[in-house]
Amino acid sequence: MSNQSILQVQDATKSFGGIMAVNRVSLDVHAGEILGIIGPNGSGKTTLINCVTGFIRMTSGTVLFRGRNITGKPAHKIADMGITRTFQIMRPYYSLPSYKNLVIPLFSPRAKRTGGWRGGGKLGDRNTVGIDILEEIGFERDSFVPYKIASTLPTGYLKRLELARCLALKPEIIFCDEVFSGLSMSEIASMIPLIERLQMDGITLIMIEHRLRELFRVANRVMVLNFGEKVVEGSPEEVMADDKVKEVYFGSEEVEEVMSHA
Amino acid sequence: MSLRELSYLTLPRLVLIVGILILPLVMPSMYWQRVISIVCIYSLLALSFDFLAHFVGLVSLGGAFFIGTGGYLAAILNTSFGLPPVLTIPISTLLGAVICTVLLLPCLPLRGVYFAIVTLMYPLVLTRIIEALNVLGGTDGIMGVASFANRWIEQYFVLVMVLVSMFGLRRLVNLDIGLVFRAVKDNDQAVKASGMNITYYKAIAVFIASALGCLGGACLVHIYMWSGISQFALDFSILPIAATVIGGAGTLVGPVLGCFILVPISELLRAFGTLRIVFYCLILVGFIVFRSEGIMVYGQRKYHQFERWVEI
Repeated sequence: MSNQSILQVQDATKSFGGIMAVNRVSLDVHAGEILGIIGPNGSGKTTLINCVTGFIRMTSGTVLFRGRNITGKPAHKIADMGITRTFQIMRPYYSLPSYKNLVIPLFSPRAKRTGGWRGGGKLGDRNTVGIDILEEIGFERDSFVPYKIASTLPTGYLKRLELARCLALKPEIIFCDEVFSGLSMSEIASMIPLIERLQMDGITLIMIEHRLRELFRVANRVMVLNFGEKVVEGSPEEVMADDKVKEVYFGSEEVEEVMSHA
Repeated sequence: MSLRELSYLTLPRLVLIVGILILPLVMPSMYWQRVISIVCIYSLLALSFDFLAHFVGLVSLGGAFFIGTGGYLAAILNTSFGLPPVLTIPISTLLGAVICTVLLLPCLPLRGVYFAIVTLMYPLVLTRIIEALNVLGGTDGIMGVASFANRWIEQYFVLVMVLVSMFGLRRLVNLDIGLVFRAVKDNDQAVKASGMNITYYKAIAVFIASALGCLGGACLVHIYMWSGISQFALDFSILPIAATVIGGAGTLVGPVLGCFILVPISELLRAFGTLRIVFYCLILVGFIVFRSEGIMVYGQRKYHQFERWVEI
């Protein structure tokens, strides 16, 4: 991990009518780090991701990727540069088997350019490459799971499938939108080494999470959002100790005092 | 692989191919051979509808638009430029598909019902334009278009085209690019997130589908030796959809079978005069109520149950 900046977001703002979903959030992502974004429901985390990855248009603000301005580019162009994302509500291709789900990203211009998985020369048969990626991400190759229709997969595998779709593009950055939520403790326990391995492979990860304990284990830095504004940013320890964060999550003590007297 | 397994796999396909190919031979009357040609035109449209609706997720009401574009192009190329049908059909297929795709391009980035509305609108608009400006023969249409060399060539050309398109499309939807089409239907946001331009892939799909329709239109004009505004009639948009419902959506074979059932039935019902439409509707309603999944989906399921069936 270096301190070299790979993605800079400056004053990102998104308003839906009168509601400021994201309000002047700036963010500097270093190459190879894991950045956590936390905050209560409705604090604008997913909207921020949508803005940066081009799924919705920002009201104002700029996004720089490796110093290049990518503000307002369409989502597929941004994904083509290697900035990929998972969806909080999983979006697999429900009518296709799991490994066929990966044929689609492997068919993309970026996958053709980067030459397939692990840089092994030419892209082989996309089905085989797909099954290889699924095995990397925790689908047991010898079981039926990679061949099952995606609509029959349980949540844990669907979350992995979302990550696999990003990996098929050989990404530089992955925005993980709540990959841990909805999973059991043992499923999360098996996901954490996976996340750590992705970081070791040199992929920059930005993780939106509600599972703070697990996030703080893997994250290098954490940013807290509340009502669309950045509250605090720092190492997991700093964030955990910060009073403002406690206020965001538990309400301020004054309010509690008032409540207890009432 | 035993002979039994081999026949299990190939028999349905062989029955279909051979059945379609001997059809003109067992029906030597001029009248029924003409019906077969029309069935094939409708089959091409039904294939185009089924492909767009169930493999790309675009509900198209553009049968009339495709037929009209292909038909008028073939008629113009034949009468004004003197090209023979051997050239007009491929040229109007490709050129027509390009025109249809370009005209439909603005509504491709949109999701929802807009594509259906726009495809329905174009034939209506074009009819009025031809009527009002009295261009392209006006209400009389373009007459004196060359016919096929003889009726056997006409028959077998359209029949083979239906077979080629049907098996070709079925091959296509299982290729990698076909999977992308199906992915656009399942989840276009995820395709976007995979770094692919969904409008581009939708445009390719519309090009393929409109090429089928324009091919049908070009053939139709050479069969009737005439092209007119009735080629923009709504029948060409609606009947393929009914055939798809009857035949089984998303099977590609089903819509073709649906056309082979519906069009001859509508011909047979001519004996009832104006009551024809009533009986036609009753048959449609019957299918929708009792076999809403379609003949092919039902048939395939029953056929695959044979595999489990073992003699003891």
